[in-house]
Amino acid sequence: MEIKFSEETLNLVNKIIKRYPEGRQKSALLPVLHLAQAEFDGWLSSPVMDYVASLLNIKPIEVYEVATFYSMFNTEPVGKCLIEVCQTGPCWLRGADDIVEHLERKLNIKVGETSADGVFTLKTVECLGSCGTAPMLQCGADYYENLTTEKVDMLIEKLKTSGQRNTYMKSNRQEI
Amino acid sequence: MGKHILFEHINIPGIENFSIYRKNGGYASVEKALKMTADQVIEEVKESGLRGRGGAGFPTGLKWSFLDRKSEKPRYLVCNADESEPGTFKDRYLMEKIPHLLIEGMITSSYALGAKTSFIYVRGEYMYVIRILEKAIQEAYDNGFLGKNILGSDFSHDLYVQPGGGAYICGEETALLESLEGKRGNPRLKPPFPAIAGLYACPTVVNNVESIAAVVPIINMTADKYNDMGIGKSTGTKIISASGHINKPGVYEIELGLPVEEFIYSDEYCGGIWKGRKLKAVVAGGSSVPILPAELILKNAKGEPRLMTYESLAEGGFVSGTMLGSGGFIVMDETTCIVRNTWTYARFYHHESCGQCSPCREGTGWMEKVLHRIEHGNGRMEDIDLLVDVAKKIEGNTICPLGDAAAWPVASAIRHFREEFEYHVRYPEKVKNPKHFELEPMVSYQVSVNS
Repeated sequence: MEIKFSEETLNLVNKIIKRYPEGRQKSALLPVLHLAQAEFDGWLSSPVMDYVASLLNIKPIEVYEVATFYSMFNTEPVGKCLIEVCQTGPCWLRGADDIVEHLERKLNIKVGETSADGVFTLKTVECLGSCGTAPMLQCGADYYENLTTEKVDMLIEKLKTSGQRNTYMKSNRQEI
Repeated sequence: MGKHILFEHINIPGIENFSIYRKNGGYASVEKALKMTADQVIEEVKESGLRGRGGAGFPTGLKWSFLDRKSEKPRYLVCNADESEPGTFKDRYLMEKIPHLLIEGMITSSYALGAKTSFIYVRGEYMYVIRILEKAIQEAYDNGFLGKNILGSDFSHDLYVQPGGGAYICGEETALLESLEGKRGNPRLKPPFPAIAGLYACPTVVNNVESIAAVVPIINMTADKYNDMGIGKSTGTKIISASGHINKPGVYEIELGLPVEEFIYSDEYCGGIWKGRKLKAVVAGGSSVPILPAELILKNAKGEPRLMTYESLAEGGFVSGTMLGSGGFIVMDETTCIVRNTWTYARFYHHESCGQCSPCREGTGWMEKVLHRIEHGNGRMEDIDLLVDVAKKIEGNTICPLGDAAAWPVASAIRHFREEFEYHVRYPEKVKNPKHFELEPMVSYQVSVNS
């Protein structure tokens, strides 16, 4: 399959590049990687990264070194719903460990794994700036805060039914 | 009730929209500043005594005055909205609720600095906040506050939002600039400072969201009036994000000088410790600052009440004091295991170290491992001093302050709660349950060993 952004995304990429001075199109790398991850199944494969390099007229290694540095970029495939539970101090104080444990049991996977049906990937992350509404998790563009195990159960059911891929670029908020 | 100057209009329905923001006096600082010279605006900010609200507390006006204005190169203003310091969520709240306040501050500040282009670098996880900002920026363009010849003046300005990719280190200003240039967030060696060679090697000012927002009331009310608020060199207001074991976690704008005790126990702010429990410890300014036990956060070592100011929180140095930092105020009740708490932060800093400097890259990993084994009942008594030793060897030996930020929480936890670390080594069976202190609060242990 040919790797190519949709017309709409390509226009957006060109608009983003124009924000920076001439010759500084590499500045568009992070925004464009976010677009690429959202458009190409939630992760950045080598061919996708090579494509981004060609768009920005930079070397592929310049893309790889950036993609592997930042925690939001997945260089391995992930499930349709990447569940990222914050585990840093303030969330831990309000019960993040219980949320992680509950999710492991509910999804029957360990942190870092993807469920057999390919729907859920469970990950623990460091502070997401939601300390006053802890515990919390992020799925795609959406923050789910003040969590309880009951709310988590509801969320998992709803995400399963929605069947959509969650990306950082578009909200797929479920009411819980 | 304390005076609100940043959050004065925050609860007005629809304040995120240009028209309602404007109706409530929004963008007045742009109109006022455009009638002043750029130097007058800088002078006003200097006079206000505003100090960087991101954590370092460096005087904002002074930082502005370092900008190389003789250079032929374009100048940039970059807003640091990479808010990632654990315990800190104030900038997110401000941008989400009242985005035009930041945009107005960006325009007024850019006019003062002579910047034709500015960027707001927002941590990538706040993607929904980016959408809110982008919408508000479009409204500002549509109403003539951004773009060519703003309000008919010869000042033109373009403002863009840049998403990060999930890296705490990008909150360090030179790492942020690297990231904005499309690179890994590795902090730069200084000098040169960004004021001389920042974004694209051009003169650049990097300021925190709250600092830039504060320029709006400073220009509107004048530096003199701003100065009247606060105590001594802690002028104006500060936004505090309160989290942890309190009844009312949230974001509060306080006038600097508020007693810490009032902040924790008053219903206007944190509303006291949850579940009727006792206060054990506080991290007052984001996870990087030293942790203090209850008795030292409410009163300093001399017995004077502590106030929410840069100076009062720092009273006693690192022996018995801490820092105001970012205003990330994390409260812990009597059931909190300080070892586990310290371990979560050590893990955080290890995860977030960019890996450039060996003391930080290796040291943060060692601290995490050693804390992990103490917390899980596999520690040795000499591990405690080993941690102090590693922390000392990181501190001051790295390109950027992440090393210090990783060392301080560990060193201060051992300084103030050494007996808890020893308890973990002495009673490995008891601490193997991750909820050990909820079952048997440390307070009772302290009482029994002392009696």
